[in-house]
Amino acid sequence: MAGKTLYDKLWDAHLVKMRDDGTALIYIDRQLLHEVTSPQAFEGLRLAGRKPWRIDANIATPDHNVPSAVTERKAGIAGIADEVSRIQVQTLDENCDDFGIKEFKINDVNQGIVHVIGPEQGLTLPGMTIVCGDSHTATHGALGALAHGIGTSEVEHVLATQCLIQKKSKNFLVKINGKLGAGVTPKDVVLAVIGQIGTAGGNGCAIEFGGEVMRAMSMEGRMTVCNMAIEAGARVGMVAVDDITLDYVKGRPYAPKGEQWEQAVAYWKTLHSDADAQFDRVVEIDGASIQPQVSWGTSPEMVVSIDANVPNPADFTDIGKRRAAERALEYMGLTAGQPITSIQLDRVFIGSCTNSRIEDLRAAAAVVKGKKVAATITQALVVPGSGQVKAQAEKEGLDKIFIDAGLEWREPSCSMCLAMNADKLLPGEHCAATSNRNFEGRQGFGGRTHLVSPAMAAAAAIAGHFVDIREVMQ
Amino acid sequence: MKPFTVLTGIAAPMDRANVDTDMIIPKQFLKSIKRSGFGPNLFDELRYVDEGQPGRDNSKRPLNPEFPLNFARYKNASVLLARENFGCGSSREHAPWALEDYGFRCVIAPSYADIFFNNCFKNGILPIVLSAEIVDKLFKEMYAQEGYQLTIDLPTQKVRTPSGEEFTFEVGEFSKYCLINGLDDIGLTLKDADAITTFEQQWQQRAPWLFNPLQ
Repeated sequence: MAGKTLYDKLWDAHLVKMRDDGTALIYIDRQLLHEVTSPQAFEGLRLAGRKPWRIDANIATPDHNVPSAVTERKAGIAGIADEVSRIQVQTLDENCDDFGIKEFKINDVNQGIVHVIGPEQGLTLPGMTIVCGDSHTATHGALGALAHGIGTSEVEHVLATQCLIQKKSKNFLVKINGKLGAGVTPKDVVLAVIGQIGTAGGNGCAIEFGGEVMRAMSMEGRMTVCNMAIEAGARVGMVAVDDITLDYVKGRPYAPKGEQWEQAVAYWKTLHSDADAQFDRVVEIDGASIQPQVSWGTSPEMVVSIDANVPNPADFTDIGKRRAAERALEYMGLTAGQPITSIQLDRVFIGSCTNSRIEDLRAAAAVVKGKKVAATITQALVVPGSGQVKAQAEKEGLDKIFIDAGLEWREPSCSMCLAMNADKLLPGEHCAATSNRNFEGRQGFGGRTHLVSPAMAAAAAIAGHFVDIREVMQ
Repeated sequence: MKPFTVLTGIAAPMDRANVDTDMIIPKQFLKSIKRSGFGPNLFDELRYVDEGQPGRDNSKRPLNPEFPLNFARYKNASVLLARENFGCGSSREHAPWALEDYGFRCVIAPSYADIFFNNCFKNGILPIVLSAEIVDKLFKEMYAQEGYQLTIDLPTQKVRTPSGEEFTFEVGEFSKYCLINGLDDIGLTLKDADAITTFEQQWQQRAPWLFNPLQ
């Protein structure tokens, strides 16, 4: 019998029941809740007179609507100027209080973006099944967990039954071989993967990221890569457990301790694909071939290397892709053949569940240290992913480096990644963003997003346009 | 949930690939704590010329005359014809809520993003997969004929065109059952409560660290 993949193992361990129609009931160990996709789920429970199945499986925090501005934030919920946003954050508090669900409230030092605080607190652990009403839940797969983004009806279903109805996905291995070049980061790796397999390339699949590059990568880097599995169409991204995983988890506030730790580690060490495991699909990429990436269009698959030019739609043989490229260039206000380095920027955003962890902030700070943001940049935001990330950065003096360079040091929230709070682009503005989506209007009505790594965003803030980070580093 | 059996309705186009859920319903409307009322803001950034905001009277906003859903011929459409990878991006269930609130009960496309596809079934919307060739043919027929209607027969799993041509589609047995009967799947899952409890007890023995209290 062939061996099992990591996904097979996690699936089998959580399979409650296969049903006659081919769907399965999968037991869920952890649900993360935030204010945007949970109110209707709680309302549904109330209307049906149902109670949460296991209260301690759930953890909540507000993140999407929370202001990043320091003064607004000091006033807590009352400081949220937008009434609709304020009601939504208030509703999360009320629901959590009513049902007895643990929540890190708006100004708790442990508050932050759900996908940052889960691993940081040890609330998401290897071997767990994790869900959240947010597509970037794939992030937690970096710990060797099975993490799915779900809709609100499913949030309610998990609250009520502790299970998710699932069809098993296909096994897809993305192997990044060799070593990355200097200046090439996990963000560039995942953008390059999406560029290669396409935004629908992982539909119906659970992607395991493997190969020497992933083995050598830090946990935070792995989170960045798994985070964007959904941008390649896969609900699930994963990395096998190794010593880097165990070192990361050890000592986290909610991680097991003592005898439980030993017991857990013994199990976690089995969480890798067997040598003879069968994958439905395998893509191999040479790590050394990956260059710093910049997105030029309105889909995350529309990326090129920093030293390339904006593509010419006429060069796409597929008619659908050609039309999409034409529309994207029009929306983005770019000309075919224009060098990526010639794109002038208006704003810079360093943050989001993709790139707001301490290593991201260190990388950005190293680039801007002792320099000044270009006069043509209207605003450069640095938004840490959690209260803990913020505290650590301040301990290291990163806040001062950013402020001295002319960037704004903000409070933890999703912020300009999706512009649900006050941080947004104006129509026509170009933004170098460390977030995950460059869809039309994503960062604000008419806004133009370019996805890049934290170091590339920082370098762009200083230059006012995109520059090759490898040249800056010299 | 409204049951879905047989639907005959006007088909309207969303003629581009990789339509993301940000496009279906922009983020500012996600601040609502309700499930209803998203219809007037479906495809907001394409449908109107200005930027929409929650609570605004949408009937006074300038419409984009080039956007098909604003054409008189597609008024009261209930079937949306779409292209590859429809509904990609964010998991927001507000996307099917907006489609349903607008009046769409069925989407036909060559492929969908996984989360959106699942979310449709929970909201009485049937997402049908037909081959890119067939979808293209339906687009052409729809463009050629004003008032073009499709009949969607879920029990027999057929799409019927005005000329009587039929195309068979696949649908998961459980999803079909829930949709036809308008059933809430939580109630169905809770019929397996004993199996869940048994599993949970065994799992707690094996992985006790997952059951530590959070407080």
